[in-house]
Amino acid sequence: MKALRWHGKGDIRCETVPDPEIEHPRDAIIKVTSCAICGSDLHLYNHFMPGMKKGDIVGHEFMGEVVEVGQDAKSALKVGDRVVVPFTIICGECDQCKRGNFSVCERTNRNAELAATAFGHTTAGLFGYTHLTGGYPGGQAEYVRVPYADKTHIKIPDGLTDEQVLFLGDIFPTGWQAAVQCDIEPTDTVAIWGAGPVGQMAIRSALLLGAKQVIAIDRLPERLSMAKAGGAITINFEEESVIERLNELTNGKGPEKCIDSVGLESHVSMNHPDTLLDRAKQTVMLESDRPHVLREMMYVCRPAGVLSVPGVYGGLVDKIPFGAVMNKGLTIRTGQTHVNRWTDDLLRRIQEGQIDPSFVITHTVGLEQGPEMYETFRDKKDGCIKVVLKP
Amino acid sequence: MAHHRNRRSAQMSRESADALARGLGWFSIALGAVEVFGGKGVARWLGMEQNEKLLRAYGVREIMTGVGILASRDPTPWIWGRVAGDALDLATLGKGLADPNAERDRVIMATGAVAGVTVLDIICANALTGQPPQSRQLRWDYSDRSGLPKPAMQMRGAASDFQAPRDMRIPDALRPYTQPQGNEFPRPSM
Repeated sequence: MKALRWHGKGDIRCETVPDPEIEHPRDAIIKVTSCAICGSDLHLYNHFMPGMKKGDIVGHEFMGEVVEVGQDAKSALKVGDRVVVPFTIICGECDQCKRGNFSVCERTNRNAELAATAFGHTTAGLFGYTHLTGGYPGGQAEYVRVPYADKTHIKIPDGLTDEQVLFLGDIFPTGWQAAVQCDIEPTDTVAIWGAGPVGQMAIRSALLLGAKQVIAIDRLPERLSMAKAGGAITINFEEESVIERLNELTNGKGPEKCIDSVGLESHVSMNHPDTLLDRAKQTVMLESDRPHVLREMMYVCRPAGVLSVPGVYGGLVDKIPFGAVMNKGLTIRTGQTHVNRWTDDLLRRIQEGQIDPSFVITHTVGLEQGPEMYETFRDKKDGCIKVVLKP
Repeated sequence: MAHHRNRRSAQMSRESADALARGLGWFSIALGAVEVFGGKGVARWLGMEQNEKLLRAYGVREIMTGVGILASRDPTPWIWGRVAGDALDLATLGKGLADPNAERDRVIMATGAVAGVTVLDIICANALTGQPPQSRQLRWDYSDRSGLPKPAMQMRGAASDFQAPRDMRIPDALRPYTQPQGNEFPRPSM
């Protein structure tokens, strides 16, 4: 089969690899009909995440048709079922899964010791996202083996297109959880850093959950135009002071809720000298992530407010103004997305027409064009916001 | 001649002027570094050893101006600052020419170089003045992509039937002091 494989920094190739096979009775094999490039795939592409090996198949946003089912998964799946696969692999049985904390499932990371060394304790296995999270082959491929398939799936009813439901596997529930973690009040201002795909979903989620005003912060006009379409007031951080504008829009009090949908690769700019220092430190391995957005959120957030962090961070960050967090009594909520916790509800909202997540797709191409689309997406060329690949 | 230069400046787009300003910014930093770290050598080469400290100070000025140009959204005042700095440089070199100096030819060469850069600075400053800083062009307009069935403001609170799970609610004591008086949208029960 054809699959996109990681070979190093900026080097993703479409190659022929052996088809996957059932390895465990709870497995299923999925024939992928649609998959997407996620913003967090760029952290792998740019080699900011440790634990990748040459030849790893990437991709964790995918859906398709079940073509083979292991004996122990037959109670939940049958050949021909149409499923979206959540990026977090879940057992459904451990203490964390029982609490709905699916992204920290205790059993699905087959490199649990490695993860525990890095993070203190293991987190869930993820598709196509480093050997720290299990080294499972990803979904930017023609076929994928889905471990724990009896639990790790979202069944899709007839009548919905791939484009409408594909993002149930990651960015839609990620944006939704980011907003839910804010526990939004009808009087809240929610400020969202980053108007990429997760930011766009967070904007609409915050609006649907009733925020008084939603503010989107980015520098790319096309992303800001999409944010505005979703009901956000926009701030272009290359043209305006984010802190001044946020204070202006909140009568000097700051936003109650702040969402970081940027993560570890915040934009490096002469206008923000801390980003230059972070970039220099990254180069000499004194810091793994660039936390400019975290710093700005901590500073500008209203006292007693909430910081929600769906953006991916991988390791160590410097010069975090934790005095501001402590003295203002801020609450920080973060984590990979507990996808299956939200998908029944979100699928219903899509079916009822409350939202159609396909609005975010700007490019649809064949799998073999994946490598060049990584570059297009990374460089924000051609108005690219979200790429869907068709194997 | 001056009239001709003004006309050329007026024709330069803001984009070109910004690019020229960035180039001058990096040049400023590079020249400043040479003056700060190689001040003694430069002063000796010009036969102006008595001005070594002054040269280093000029180097600091160059670096600060360069950083200002590159770090600011609108480099116009910093480029005019460069023009003023050029005048200082020319005055200092002029004094070097007036005083007895064995390296007179080198001072003339340096004066010519500074004069050339001064012309560039003035062209750039003129082009920037009066033109607002450039915004990135909106080449791809997605303002019709809401993903919502109605105008966004009409969808506000449409998912207020959602019950936030207990572990993601804010404890009562930490709820912001903006707790609404009346529930515009139904709240999940606490």
